[in-house]
Amino acid sequence: MSTGLIRLALPKGTLLSPTSRLLNELTLGVEGYSSDARRYRLHSTEFPYITAKIFQEKDIPIQVAIGNYDLGICGADWVEELLARYLSSSLVKILNLNYGKSEICLVSHRHSNIPDIYVIGKEKREWRIVSEYPNLAEAFALNLRLRDFKVFPVWGSAEVYLPEDAELAVLKIVHEWELASRGFVCLKKLLPVTACLIANRESLENRGLHQILSRFASRRVESPGTLRQQRTMTQAQPAIFHFQRGEQDVRVALPDGHQQVPTARVLKQAGLELQGYSTGVVCSRPEINLDWASIKVIRPQDMPLQVANGNFDLAITGEDWFREHIYRFPASPVKKLLDLGFGQVKIVAAVNTEVPVADIAQLRRYIQNGAYPCLRVASEYINIADRYLQDQHIGYYKLILTWGASEVFPPEDADLLIDNVQTGRTLIKQNLKVIDILFQSQACLIGNMQGLASRDKAKNINFIIRRLERAVA
Amino acid sequence: MKNNQMCRGARDLLPDDMTCFRYVEDTFRMSCRQWGYQEARTPTLEYLHLFTAVGTLTPSKLSKVYSFLDWDGWSGERVVLRPDGTIPMARLYSRSLSEKTIARLFYVTNVFAFEATGKENREKWQCGVEFVGSSGPVADVEIMMLANEIMRKLGPGNIELELSHAGLVRALIKELKLDPEKEVDLVSAVLDGEWQALVEAHVPDPDLHELLDMLLNLQGKSSSFLRNARALASRFSPDVYQQLDDFVAITTILDKAGCNYNINLKAVKGFEYYTGLCFKLLTDGHEVGGGGRYNNLIPLIGGKDVPACGFALYIDSIMRLLPASCGKGDEGAIMITIEKDMTADLSAVGFQLAQLLHRGGYTAVLDFEGGETFRYRWSVVVTENEATPFRVSDNQRNQQWDMASASDVVDMLEKQG
Repeated sequence: MSTGLIRLALPKGTLLSPTSRLLNELTLGVEGYSSDARRYRLHSTEFPYITAKIFQEKDIPIQVAIGNYDLGICGADWVEELLARYLSSSLVKILNLNYGKSEICLVSHRHSNIPDIYVIGKEKREWRIVSEYPNLAEAFALNLRLRDFKVFPVWGSAEVYLPEDAELAVLKIVHEWELASRGFVCLKKLLPVTACLIANRESLENRGLHQILSRFASRRVESPGTLRQQRTMTQAQPAIFHFQRGEQDVRVALPDGHQQVPTARVLKQAGLELQGYSTGVVCSRPEINLDWASIKVIRPQDMPLQVANGNFDLAITGEDWFREHIYRFPASPVKKLLDLGFGQVKIVAAVNTEVPVADIAQLRRYIQNGAYPCLRVASEYINIADRYLQDQHIGYYKLILTWGASEVFPPEDADLLIDNVQTGRTLIKQNLKVIDILFQSQACLIGNMQGLASRDKAKNINFIIRRLERAVA
Repeated sequence: MKNNQMCRGARDLLPDDMTCFRYVEDTFRMSCRQWGYQEARTPTLEYLHLFTAVGTLTPSKLSKVYSFLDWDGWSGERVVLRPDGTIPMARLYSRSLSEKTIARLFYVTNVFAFEATGKENREKWQCGVEFVGSSGPVADVEIMMLANEIMRKLGPGNIELELSHAGLVRALIKELKLDPEKEVDLVSAVLDGEWQALVEAHVPDPDLHELLDMLLNLQGKSSSFLRNARALASRFSPDVYQQLDDFVAITTILDKAGCNYNINLKAVKGFEYYTGLCFKLLTDGHEVGGGGRYNNLIPLIGGKDVPACGFALYIDSIMRLLPASCGKGDEGAIMITIEKDMTADLSAVGFQLAQLLHRGGYTAVLDFEGGETFRYRWSVVVTENEATPFRVSDNQRNQQWDMASASDVVDMLEKQG
């Protein structure tokens, strides 16, 4: 960390607007920190010694904990998620900022027939808990003395997995009525959440942060009622479940986000008509014109793990996420069945343009010559990055898991980036250059063909595979 | 970062440490075998769920386990580096030995627990004993006698035995008739060693208050103390009385066997799986071991309803108390020095001599350092002298002999004792 400069980590997303307003009210004057921010690196007009960087909210606690930033603002949920696993980390929560309010809750679905939390503790059975907060979920399960439980970490939309694929979810809830309208039951409120100011412990002990801290302490913001609160549940929709599934029924996971449009197009070409999976209207459970198939929309990142566990028979994800899973679990029953030809990206290794290396071999020599005490590698693909660095015999490195927008990390907060690129323009804008291409990725169909319940089911799965094969031929 | 750095909380055991370690281990093994115990070993990796149920590990211990997903852990099934010695042995018994009415088992193992500062060892070694199949007080006394005997043989200092009783503590807490949530909180606090929570608990019944006061604040040295407490407990629930009865039965045997102890209910913590007597062993005030009765553990992890008790000695703590010279036996070793830069012929003769000495039960070491013979009582120089190629020295008595053959050397050493 540069001496003299005080570094502030600020959130993107739903906390951006209220945080920006707060910084203006405190006359900290962080220029360019607004919802249409074009830059990630910012400066204070008021205090020349303050610099700031914009991160995904989830990345901020770890950045502050490892000392890359002195102060940060993010939701208390992500702070507690880190502390639940790393109690002795150098992260200190300083102030609740009283906006971005929500609650972390333990939720079940009414069809799971769990009347209260005490039943969970007493019943001798396996509990499947799905959550974006796996550490909090595990801490909760251990405290409740659950004998047998499994936590499934997901990147988002945890509620979609209830009730068929998990009995319990640990979710962020803004309004409790949202739950009831979708058939969910809050069994226990685990943690109240509000935006909070956090600090690195060593910075707090050794650095002059008092001018900034006194501004925060002198004026806490009231809950901004006019603000649009965080949306934690997908759009309200009727709770229709294919709860009683036949042995021949096939379960398919489709992606949300930017893969949704090309996926819908390929499915249409394959003669598979869906309702509720078109631009603007994405249900979590679209209807399909096959009475033996059911569809759920989940994050592509979560699909391989879900398919491995038999919650889905088929899924459309990216080869990148398939490999990320296989590298972590080499014996997984998930197989790639078909390349679908869209969503093409390259997975690359990139460094800052000022680093005097042109390829990975040069980087290895550069490291051997003592260029870095420890190579810091930022990536969404923690297992792909780990495998790559081991294969390349990079001796001493640390992986920093990021939750998107990884390209903002180098050079201050990471030395090497492992990321996907489509055109490469984003990397150039961030002064980064590609030094290696790990592999080409595209959308693919994955499946779990092990332990199929019946020959009819295999026939149905093959029907979908053949249709898609013809569509992309 | 230098490649030779260790992980925080890790520790190398150097040759001197290992000599001491083996001394402790060998003494422990020998005693266990003499008492009819058999050695068993469990794997380093176990499923996390073995340790999560109520009655296994406390939440504070669970928060320090090394748990992770294995390479085939896509189902979310976590595994742990063994955080405790007893629970895996209970699993081993219920899986493979449950047809035995009585199983006397012992083990030497490492256990792993996170420690935040990294200054303490995160991997600790212990040697433990489990006596499965008897609920009687004689079994409790047997394992305490065994623990005591091992510590006496190791001899690092004065041994103290502190006794508590998990069943009695739980029965007393039950007697407070708290609402269920408060009772759970109080049990958790006491399990974490916060005895003050029990001392300060509101006790509406003055007689119970007096009994608690006596048991928590006085330290008896004989079964009479517990008989007195039992006399005061007659009007409380039968469970309190029965637990005291069990405690009296054990201490009566110890009294008759002439074994000294202190009764200190607050002596133990983290006794989640213990159901009856618990004990702690101290040497010159340092905790070196502990154990107790765990009648519910085997049924809890899916085995049949079998009572058991056991203890563990903490090897790291014991090693710190032993003198640096402990377990060293180099004085009987023989150094073989080969003259003239170890030529092929002389080296072959040296190896033949070494093999002969090894067969005779001697430790014989080839000299690579140029005659550090003073470290050894005996040294043999292999020379080019064809008639008497072996020059034998007794470095203690400063005497020398020239020998014609390797077997002469062995004979001479035997004669010299």
